[in-house]
Amino acid sequence: MRIALFVTCLADTMFPEAAKATVRLLERLGHEVVFPAEQTCCGQMHVNTGYQREALPLVRRHVRTFDPYDVIVAPSGSCVGSVRHQHPMVARRAGDERLAGRAEDVARRTYELSELLVDVLGVTDVGAYFPHRVTYHPTCHSLRMLRVGDRPLRLLRAVRGLDLVALPAAEQCCGFGGTFAVKNADTSTAMLADKMRHVLATGADVCTAGDASCLMHLGGGLSRLRTGVRTVHLAEILAATEHRDTADGRNRLGVGP
Amino acid sequence: MNSRDLVLGRLRAALAADPPTTTGAVPRDYRQSGALDLDRLVQRLTDYRAQVHRAAEDTVAETIAALLPSGATVVVPPGLPAGWLPPTVTVLPDTGLDNRQIGAADAVVTAAAVAVAETGTVVLDGSPDQGRRVISLLPDRHVCVVRAGQVVATVPEALTRLVPHRPLTWISGPSATSDIELNRVEGVHGPRTLHVVLLS
Amino acid sequence: MSQVFLGMPATAPAGVGHLRGTESFPRAARRALADPQLRRNLGHATTTIRAKSAAVIDELPDWAQLRAAGSAIKTDVLARLPELLVQLEAKVTEAGGVVHWAADANDANRIVTDLVRATGSDRVIKVKSMATQEIGLNEALAAAGIEPVETDLAELIVQLGDDRPSHILVPAIHRNRAEIREIFLRAMPGVDPALTDEPAALAAVARRYLRQTFLSTRVAVSGANFAVAQTGTLAVVESEGNGRMCLTLPETLITVMGIEKVVPTWQDLEVFLQLLPRASTGERMNPYTSMWTGVTSGDGPQAFHLVLLDNGRSAVLADRTGRQALHCIRCSACLNVCPVYERTGGHAYGSVYPGPIGAVLSPQLTGVADNASLPYASSLCGACYDACPVGINIPELLVHLRDQVPHPRAEATAMAAAGYTMDRPRLYEAAQRATRLGRLAGRRGRGLPPPLTGWTASRDLPEPPEQTFRQWWAQR
Ligand code: SF4
Repeated sequence: MRIALFVTCLADTMFPEAAKATVRLLERLGHEVVFPAEQTCCGQMHVNTGYQREALPLVRRHVRTFDPYDVIVAPSGSCVGSVRHQHPMVARRAGDERLAGRAEDVARRTYELSELLVDVLGVTDVGAYFPHRVTYHPTCHSLRMLRVGDRPLRLLRAVRGLDLVALPAAEQCCGFGGTFAVKNADTSTAMLADKMRHVLATGADVCTAGDASCLMHLGGGLSRLRTGVRTVHLAEILAATEHRDTADGRNRLGVGP
Repeated sequence: MNSRDLVLGRLRAALAADPPTTTGAVPRDYRQSGALDLDRLVQRLTDYRAQVHRAAEDTVAETIAALLPSGATVVVPPGLPAGWLPPTVTVLPDTGLDNRQIGAADAVVTAAAVAVAETGTVVLDGSPDQGRRVISLLPDRHVCVVRAGQVVATVPEALTRLVPHRPLTWISGPSATSDIELNRVEGVHGPRTLHVVLLS
Repeated sequence: MSQVFLGMPATAPAGVGHLRGTESFPRAARRALADPQLRRNLGHATTTIRAKSAAVIDELPDWAQLRAAGSAIKTDVLARLPELLVQLEAKVTEAGGVVHWAADANDANRIVTDLVRATGSDRVIKVKSMATQEIGLNEALAAAGIEPVETDLAELIVQLGDDRPSHILVPAIHRNRAEIREIFLRAMPGVDPALTDEPAALAAVARRYLRQTFLSTRVAVSGANFAVAQTGTLAVVESEGNGRMCLTLPETLITVMGIEKVVPTWQDLEVFLQLLPRASTGERMNPYTSMWTGVTSGDGPQAFHLVLLDNGRSAVLADRTGRQALHCIRCSACLNVCPVYERTGGHAYGSVYPGPIGAVLSPQLTGVADNASLPYASSLCGACYDACPVGINIPELLVHLRDQVPHPRAEATAMAAAGYTMDRPRLYEAAQRATRLGRLAGRRGRGLPPPLTGWTASRDLPEPPEQTFRQWWAQR
């Protein structure tokens, strides 16, 4: 299958390992990955901060860029949520019904990674090997906007060597929320503290999720506290094999101690 | 301009500015009725700390006698079946009792209009066998006699049986509050003890 | 006469009532976050109620259908609001009630004060009502020499503690049992110092304290959960029996109701009487629900006044997206699941409507400029939308309102620049190369410059990678 990668601006710029892992994983499964170079950012930051007018050209660009592809994947629940729920809204609010229709059409063909693997490609065992104790944080947008359900957990359970431990109060927000972490830094930090407490309680050495943004937030907190728990994007775990532990060493998502 | 015209004018202007597109249709594919289950009523009433007693029409008085101490003063609505009351209690028929007399009574005995099994609720509608709202409010103990035929399974069924313009009181267990640490605690201003005598 | 002369939608006036805070949400939240007792109380209470509510919602096989019906009824109500209110007015009047219309808080306070004065009573008993808190009725009555007595246990705790409510349903949620005991000992005359902090003992004290007041006060003021246009029936949903006392014992009953509380038909109650208790207190049914239609001869108050309150609701109605905030049945489920509310409590929101619904309702009632920080008081996690029994899409509303808030100039400039750059792949790549997005916001490294400093105060930022993804892709 030919799959267009919607890399997301955050993964492109700050967390290329998650994106590279997505490419490697899909290629290993026998698919062709293409990268439409005209893509930049889906505009979520603008919309969520209250700048829909400024987001409109970004929505237009996104729709134009991805319109030619039948299957589009992003290693981010949040950005797929933005494409599905915000793009048509921004277009409609601007009075551009034609763009809204096209945006809905593109959104129908856009999948978050676990959705693509389980629903479109029909795999749960992707042949990965990752010998670590791992806990999974179901990020809010994957959980409630996309309703990915237990797809990520099914994928993780099939990973050889992986010891999956349940995260207490998993459904609680980590406190990132994009602009929220800036404008309400104190509340965001309080939410983060509780989330870290739960992550540490699992005894896992890796915390994973389907969103680089939440992992950046969580990883930043865990690193500041010198906890030794690493944050690793789901794609990196699924791409890891006996030959190549992509989530090792400096490739990890997050920051060095 | 008076406030009525002002408010209505504002609302009309608000809707005209951005007219709603609804058809007004309401999907009512939720359950309208359910299988009648008296045991469920008993279980749900008990769950919220009502005390339930099963009886037959001719054992009501006996049952109530066991609930109320001998000599207890009991307010009763004017139309309550006389046979329900045991000779052991002092009956105060509500023929215009004042609030102090009602509040000083040990108990009140009423019938009910409807009971809802799923929610453990009895509903009073002010009929002669249930009386004014105040008589089931001030005494600390309420004995409510429910006939099996008055029990319905669900809330929608209860509403179809009730007459809107009557004063209605839906009672689900004794007076309670969740105001202290969100735990349900029984016993604030309404009757602290609720006995339901279920006739079947 | 054109409709313009009949009045354009108007927001709630300033200087009266409790819809506006005195400081921004982040500032008020900081103080709340520094109070560990408050956070423990809130954490405990919201965790309890979430579990209770989830259990009784799970019992209903048709919760989703009820929710859809509730949402559809409210949509229909708003579309026909003027017509339904006129119908309600006619039915209440027919049944012996008197209907008053209040354009705003001042109007409503004056109407109620005049009505109480006309009875000659210098005291009213009150059953908890968001509408009367919103308009600051207690202050208005007190200024007129009339003593308002709150009879709901939590309201009483707030009133005696000289405190402010912090939750729609449980205004004293921020107080634990030990604190409540202390407030009672301090403020209630004649309380036995041996009083324990057992909730049942505390409730019994309130019972004794208020009984005499219930029996001797001639006027009551209530809110309403629902008003049926078809029949003129009002409904109040409560737990303790203080509602029944207020609705039954006095000679005069004055009900102040937000105009959006009207429902078209008697049958519609079957939906809301199932949604409300399960979503709010987590009960299959609350202990008491009272319904009355006008005046019943020989039973209950013989004078009934219904005050229909606008106070900014018409302005909310004028916005197609925003108007869904008027669907709210004040169950408080969105507060109980909100991770922000759970940590900051209700006072940080400044308005009587806290939590997620407050963050979307208060700014619309007052105009967004007056509550500009509230639409940002959410991480957009979406838990409120899932929990709302009438399906209000609160995250969508928050985003909608953020778009209307007056933006700080520096932020607006930065966002415009970022938008410009991101719409030009060349510039975007150049920006990535130069600073890898980090530079868009500031310097690389451990911290970010203002206004982003807050974010890095407790977190480390990752070092930008050697190579962006697109550079890697190009070299493959
Ligand atoms: S917005 Fe929904 S969940 Fe929140 S109080 Fe209102 S009805 Fe309840």
